[in-house]
Amino acid sequence: MADLSIEFCGIKSINPFWLASAPPTDKAYNVVRAFEAGWGGVVWKTLGEDPAAVNVSSRYSAHYGKNREVLGFNNIELITDRSLDINLREITQVKKDWPDRVIIVSLMLPCEEKLWADILPLVEATGADGIELNFGCPHGMPERGMGAAVGQVPEYVEMVTRWCKTHSKLPVIVKLTPNITDVRAPARAAKAGGADAVSLINTINSITHLDLDQMVAFPIVGGASTHGGYCGSAVKPIALNMVAEIARDPATKGLPISGIGGIGNWRDAAEFMALGSGCVQVCTAAMLHGFRIVEEMKDGLSRWMDEKGYTSISQFVGKAVPNTTDWKYLNMNYQVIAQINQDDCIKCGRCYVACEDTSHQSIAQLIDAAGVRTYEVIKEECVGCNLCEITCPVQGCITMVPQETGKPYMNWTQDPRNPRAENVKVPETV
Amino acid sequence: MMIESLKYMPHPKEANAALAEHFTDLAPALNARKAAIESSRCLYCYDAPCTRICPSDIDVASFIRNIHDGNINGAAVGILKQNILGGSCARVCPTEILCEDACVRNHDAEGQPVKIGLLQRYAIDNMSLDEHPFKRFPSTGKKIAVVGAGPAGLSCAHRLAMLGNDVVIYEAREKSGGLNEYGIAKYKLTDNFAQKEVDFLLAIGGIEIRHGQTLGANVQLKDLHAQYDAVFLGLGLGASKQLGLTGEDAPGLLAAVDYIAALRQADDLSQLPLPSRAIVIGAGNTAIDMAVQIQRLGAEEVTLVYRRGFEAMSATEHEQHIAKENQVRMRTWAQPRQVLLDQAGRVRGMLFEKTAMVDGRFGGTGETFEIAADAIFKAIGQSMDETSISDPLAKTLKRDGDKIHVDDQFRTVLPGIYAGGDCVAPGQDLTVQAVQHGKLAAHAIHEDLKSLTEASKVEAA
Repeated sequence: MADLSIEFCGIKSINPFWLASAPPTDKAYNVVRAFEAGWGGVVWKTLGEDPAAVNVSSRYSAHYGKNREVLGFNNIELITDRSLDINLREITQVKKDWPDRVIIVSLMLPCEEKLWADILPLVEATGADGIELNFGCPHGMPERGMGAAVGQVPEYVEMVTRWCKTHSKLPVIVKLTPNITDVRAPARAAKAGGADAVSLINTINSITHLDLDQMVAFPIVGGASTHGGYCGSAVKPIALNMVAEIARDPATKGLPISGIGGIGNWRDAAEFMALGSGCVQVCTAAMLHGFRIVEEMKDGLSRWMDEKGYTSISQFVGKAVPNTTDWKYLNMNYQVIAQINQDDCIKCGRCYVACEDTSHQSIAQLIDAAGVRTYEVIKEECVGCNLCEITCPVQGCITMVPQETGKPYMNWTQDPRNPRAENVKVPETV
Repeated sequence: MMIESLKYMPHPKEANAALAEHFTDLAPALNARKAAIESSRCLYCYDAPCTRICPSDIDVASFIRNIHDGNINGAAVGILKQNILGGSCARVCPTEILCEDACVRNHDAEGQPVKIGLLQRYAIDNMSLDEHPFKRFPSTGKKIAVVGAGPAGLSCAHRLAMLGNDVVIYEAREKSGGLNEYGIAKYKLTDNFAQKEVDFLLAIGGIEIRHGQTLGANVQLKDLHAQYDAVFLGLGLGASKQLGLTGEDAPGLLAAVDYIAALRQADDLSQLPLPSRAIVIGAGNTAIDMAVQIQRLGAEEVTLVYRRGFEAMSATEHEQHIAKENQVRMRTWAQPRQVLLDQAGRVRGMLFEKTAMVDGRFGGTGETFEIAADAIFKAIGQSMDETSISDPLAKTLKRDGDKIHVDDQFRTVLPGIYAGGDCVAPGQDLTVQAVQHGKLAAHAIHEDLKSLTEASKVEAA
């Protein structure tokens, strides 16, 4: 079996699966259970200044799929609601009992250097492996000038990161908020401040759904609600893009990334890694299924690595980054056309109506004398959009087949159809 | 009832309450969770095959999507606007040869269709409407007679009433509902559902039902024709086909439909006459209903005999499976030869001749055998009750075989007289098809009367 151990910004971990700073890492009891289950590390739920935060009742809500599977998860919990002293004592004990496991301490404090300078030695004394700066919490804390309120201002990100590097020897991981126009800006700021790594994404501002009788959103707190932070499977595409943006940004190239956002199985983890994440953090999947999911994650990742001939995780971290580019560098001469495997087709007609109503009218519905429907691709009309393949309920029935065009690679900057093409002269007659 | 000829027989051993337990829902209703799971399996096909095959044009994909989206009333009204007897059809339709056979989920790796019948039932059973979902159009001033308060007649009456016409239904029996009330196995339509459905349907208003009115006896077609703007005949098939053997009227031999009707109407099942050994002749759904029900009442030995093989049975595989599950013995390739009587002249069994296909021809082999039985139930099909269409006008109806000939608008050859349901050709003898006939005939009647009215206005002008 492949070796799953990693070294992430100087921190050694027996596997790349860490639990993110969140309810599952709130106290020793949970963390010990997680370690017993096989997690490589945890980011302890965010510590702050005393007195500890106070939470409301009714804290979570979810966006459900067709069969009540949780697609997205929303929470309005604040940082730890236990005292600093209790948390520090528990961290010390757990680290002592589990020396081969990673404990990162998440921190959130107001933007005053003294507060950071005071707490950092206390955290270091626990034996923790590093700190993560919570610049991402989107609910509650920003109203008090912390969390995302810091993460949205690159200057603050750089400043606080630098304080932490100044007052502590521990590796500093800066956790980024996705509630920002361009995630590269705070990542660059973190790097400028001396961060050893970034982790992302924190949760996304969200309202999952409403009670239409009471006319109030969930989760309901005494007849009212507030936006929360969105996570779970639904945010994975957003997180993957943000990870890729930072991984391929020349300004932050090489900065270690801890990938977070909707990771629930080994494949999700491998995808985050392929786009540049050296380790991954999981929360929602564990909150829905318990800590045991790490078993299948480890097993699946390890077997996939064996199958692909990877002996260590570092061999494929970032491997998909070079293939992630700007639209303008995509090959304009590439062409795929849908192909329907008639043996697999169950004749549900979904590809037909999707293409006919909303795309390029490239699928024909043929009706024989017995009334049997057959759906066929009109090759000349197909633009290769993938919609039919996506709506088809039978996996593998519709495939998008690359065509031999005989044409060379040509991107938009080279395309004569581009009126602002950088590399071609627009003919004068045009 | 008409099972007098069995009155010398013993009664079931079990008490009524215990017996009633054997006649609860054969296919229990879906609860909310099951309905959610099942509705989520629907692919919402385009040009969906389930909808295309539905004899009553129900938009199946649409009502299932409504169920899944929590719009139960929307689902129910979507069903009812095409099929006002959607509740009973959900229970009695042979979905295994209709929508559920057409479901694309049969084809993929699952091989399991969406449970469309149970979902339809879920929608109808769980709707909560403050009032009848359909409003009547402005009055046309027309009055139409409907003969028969079975599925065809009720459907026709409801649609006619909705379109603004007044309707009088003439029904021979005490209760409305036709086969839903009298002819379907008790465990398929439980809890007096047929009557509840009739009450729901009548809530649209404008429909009067007169019971004890039998066409050809105390009601004549020529009178209805004279008194009403139009007449719809939803007569059904009132006569049971005969075996054509000596002893056919002996005590112990009777039509399965008569026993089923008695069973359905019985307040106390333990008072029914019950043969300990019974033979059921036939291979349709009625034969299966009969055999299974008498087995459930406590008969020791029930043998269903059919002259051909299983594959030729008109009872669906699903129905055959029900029979097997209920320990009904099925004997194929044998035809009745002689009714065997005891000294008192009562049925003691039947002599059968084995049959076979020889060189592509069906026939008896000459080899015979006896099956001992206390009762024999005929379920070899129904035919037109000729007395119902015996008045001089009715005799002029064109016939296709014993059925009434109608055009594609359900018009008989007599102007102003329409027909639908099992009594017309071609028919599949399905409840759902009868409902469709009634609905379409109502539209035809309405349009024809409108044309006539407009034509007369032009003349008057």
